[in-house]
Amino acid sequence: MQINAFIDGKPYSFDRPMTVLEACKEAGREIPTICYHPSVKSIGACRICVVEVEGFRNLQAACTLPLSDGMKIKTQSPRITSSRKMNIELLLSRHPNVCMTCESNGNCKLQALAYEYGIEEPAYGVQLRGLEPDDSSLFIYRDLNKCIQCQLCVRVCDEVENMSIYSMAYRGYESLPEPPFGLPLGSSQCVSCGQCASICPVGAIVEKPSMGKARWWELKAVKTTCPYCGVGCQLDMYYHPKTNEIIKVMPSEENPEVNDGIATCVKGKFGFEFANHPDRLKKPLIRRDGKFVEVEWEEALDYTADRLKEMLRKYGPEGIGLLGSAKCTNEENYILQKFSRAVFKTNNVDHCARLCHASTVAGLAMSFGSGAMTNNLLDIQHADVILLTGSNPPENHPVYGSRIKKTIRENGTKLIVADPRKTELVDYATIWINHKPGTDIALFSGLLHIIAAENLADETFIAERTEKWEEMKESLKGFDPKTVSEITGVPVDLLYKAARLYAEAENAAIIYAMGITQHACGTHNVISLANLAMATGNLGRPGVGVNPLRGQNNVQGACDVGALPNVYSGYQRVGDPAMKKKFEEFWGVTGLPTNIGLPVTEMIGHPNIKAMFVMGENPAVSDPDSEHVEKSLAALEFFADTDIFITESNVYADVILPAASTFEKDGTFTNTERRVQRIRKVIEPIGESKPDWWIVQELSKRMGYEMNYQSAEDIMNEIRRCTPSYAGMAYHRMEKIGLQWPCRSDEDPGTSILHTQKFAHPDGKGKFTPMTYNDPPETPDAEYPFYLSTGRILYHYHTGTMTRRVKAIHEKEPEVKIEINPTDASSLGVKTDDLVRLTSRRGSIEGKVLVTERSVPGLVFVPFHFAEARANTLTGNFLDPIAKIPSFKVSAVKIEKIDHKTAEV
Amino acid sequence: MSLEQCTVCARHETLYQELDAFIEKNRHRPGALIEVLHKAQSLFGFLPAEVQAFIAKQLGIPESTVFGVVTFYHYFTMKPRGQNQVKVCLGTACYVKGADRVLERLKEELKVGIEEVTQDGRFSIHEVRCLGACSMAPVVLIGEKDFFGRVTPDEVPKILKKYRG
Repeated sequence: MQINAFIDGKPYSFDRPMTVLEACKEAGREIPTICYHPSVKSIGACRICVVEVEGFRNLQAACTLPLSDGMKIKTQSPRITSSRKMNIELLLSRHPNVCMTCESNGNCKLQALAYEYGIEEPAYGVQLRGLEPDDSSLFIYRDLNKCIQCQLCVRVCDEVENMSIYSMAYRGYESLPEPPFGLPLGSSQCVSCGQCASICPVGAIVEKPSMGKARWWELKAVKTTCPYCGVGCQLDMYYHPKTNEIIKVMPSEENPEVNDGIATCVKGKFGFEFANHPDRLKKPLIRRDGKFVEVEWEEALDYTADRLKEMLRKYGPEGIGLLGSAKCTNEENYILQKFSRAVFKTNNVDHCARLCHASTVAGLAMSFGSGAMTNNLLDIQHADVILLTGSNPPENHPVYGSRIKKTIRENGTKLIVADPRKTELVDYATIWINHKPGTDIALFSGLLHIIAAENLADETFIAERTEKWEEMKESLKGFDPKTVSEITGVPVDLLYKAARLYAEAENAAIIYAMGITQHACGTHNVISLANLAMATGNLGRPGVGVNPLRGQNNVQGACDVGALPNVYSGYQRVGDPAMKKKFEEFWGVTGLPTNIGLPVTEMIGHPNIKAMFVMGENPAVSDPDSEHVEKSLAALEFFADTDIFITESNVYADVILPAASTFEKDGTFTNTERRVQRIRKVIEPIGESKPDWWIVQELSKRMGYEMNYQSAEDIMNEIRRCTPSYAGMAYHRMEKIGLQWPCRSDEDPGTSILHTQKFAHPDGKGKFTPMTYNDPPETPDAEYPFYLSTGRILYHYHTGTMTRRVKAIHEKEPEVKIEINPTDASSLGVKTDDLVRLTSRRGSIEGKVLVTERSVPGLVFVPFHFAEARANTLTGNFLDPIAKIPSFKVSAVKIEKIDHKTAEV
Repeated sequence: MSLEQCTVCARHETLYQELDAFIEKNRHRPGALIEVLHKAQSLFGFLPAEVQAFIAKQLGIPESTVFGVVTFYHYFTMKPRGQNQVKVCLGTACYVKGADRVLERLKEELKVGIEEVTQDGRFSIHEVRCLGACSMAPVVLIGEKDFFGRVTPDEVPKILKKYRG
């Protein structure tokens, strides 16, 4: 395709359909705009982008006019100038001239245009609206006196965030973007994603937490990767170089494949204040006589290295355990596992992936040969049917959650939600399967039984690409619809409907998260999904696949670079003699251990483990059976920790080394779709804090193993040399959009979709694994009659060390809310905000009730962010035998109402 | 105005069923929203937030879309109206002929202001522009049909009496 056009008299040709505005931009003829943004549909409302087109009598809005062959476009003329001027004057005739105190001064399109066109006072006089600003939201301040009716906020909320909070209410001059029924924003369903503030071209909608902190021209921006969930949104961090403070966050437009060029959630947009929080650790701390005292780095490092040497001497490699962190960079986790293996000669190295997706890594590796998301975040728009299970994207992966809503709303994609909780996406679902917690294997094998029985399986795909289908079919006999219905509590006809909808779709994608993985049968849960996808041929092309959503910013990467007890970077097995040899030569050491080390869930509290080095994790809140974890940490003979704060875990440490936060260092994170993206230093490290890689390197040197990296890039270059799937990940290639692994050479563009031709097993075949179903290790009984499920909520993140130090987020969600179904609430005699005590076989917590339909009868949900009411006091350390992941999603509890007096005592 | 405060909705729970049946019948038609809003206003007399939220949920569209349409059209109202809507023409001719005095008298008699409803819910007062009967100025329209011409302030109590029941 070729479209030829003349722009300002010069000929240009374009290779794809586009608007006149886009064509002019490509031709280097910038046209001013106000109501245009590449992430939303153009509506031609502001008429600023008008151009002259030969053959058209009137001026044309360039943003909505499709370019056609032979067009002759003029971007500048007296007529255009006078039209633009008039439109700017009309806008200014309703706009208060308060630039001096306006938050957007210096970043305002109207101001810039008034300057460019030299308009001091509008010819038509000024008539202001005289409205009260809406100060009701904790995150967003709206002064609609400044609104210029461009509708960008309306469109971004509808088309990108898919919340549709705003519409243009009223008519004509009075028309303004308002939440439904004229409610203040704070009383609406707004999820505080902040995109309306990001996109507002003037100062009508601004970020409230940043107000009064800086003028735009005082700020500098650095692009980095969001430190929260696994989506990996690209953010422009605006900081004040004089105060070294982060002031505000704007979405980066550079990588729309990840965040649509504009999308953020409340955590990405507003969750940065923790970095400059006064609680930040600024100097190394050593415990002396039971108290932490500040010391200099030299002393802290010498002390830590000496004690670690002593521990190694006394207890040998088996006595030491190390934890990396899915919050830290690839480079840091690589260094940590190298430190563990090359210096301590132990494979006792793990991190919190054990608690979220260890079963994914194991299960998908068994089925497909590679334990990661098969497809990418963008191609969900090609799915005809989505099977979403054990995943609540609008809260846990909000930017992706919005994308799922969008494909349902715009493309008519059908959604099957299989979840014991009635999460937000159930409202968008064609089918909601509300199966009993812990019965996933029975459910998905039951669906596969129906698919096989009704000849809906993709026999060609099975024959060409997979193995063991006959054995699989044999094992399905035990999963007839009647039996499955009895186990899961799902009506037989719903099983049939769901099986047919999934199997008959041209392209069906499976999306899952921790509702599948965090079970004592987590690995088999994952395999049961992989079986479904293989049997229906839903792998290896856009819009299909088995797509685990990774919970943390770098949980994929921390696994990729080998912060796991059984593999080196790139999943190269420690037990493989060839790998041992390879890494001994590569690292210049001898005697690398070949036995598989302890996973975190067995390391903490293991009688052999006498000393631990923990890099930025908080197991006392994140790991199951917290009281046991605390006791075990307290009992360690030596415990060294790096962190940005004092946590519930490192209070037991002998030494705490202050780490630089994610905004104070360089490196890379790997997001859920295997995309390695850069993070960049925004502000100077707070106090004397240092990047974790520097800390580990200094310790390693002192322990006699030289490391001499000058930068994170140095480390990545080493990773590339020993990790085939990361070989092409050069920093200079990842400036803008990153690279998806496998990326095997400098020329390899990376891999967007896995398993397109063959699976990653040596023989290229996908493996069916026959399933058996067992009840979860703990189910409700007479004494503990409720199912307990744990997880996250939108506003908070993990153990709360970061989000609970963000003022507005903390005000929004200050305390735990125990979610109970209205039926159960009424039989317990409790209502919202009443206090209850939850008790399991491990312990009790107290907290306020939230009565909600999100919990089904018989199930309570407790978020695990709140250290004062730790959900993990209740959970048990029941482990999946393969992946050693704990069963966070099924425990049994009882609920007692307590009155406020008792609670205070 | 919330449901608790809204006596009209509270008294007419069954109206929701009628509205729902109407929505079911019309939901697939293009422009169903306008039809449904007409129906809802004819049932409830006005369109409080609760009724709009109900319509949004049943039609599967955002609440903000419903609100945007309701506020766009002058015909739709979120304020309760009286059973008898008393419309006083304030067009040029009527105004010259003393419509303002008629309006003042109406406010006194009914003890409410413009766009307000009497305590018993029987009357509300509205200003309108030209009803096309300038020769009869000043004119008052009650409901959609009852037309009164050459009205003097002193005739107001007599006119209202008919509707007091």
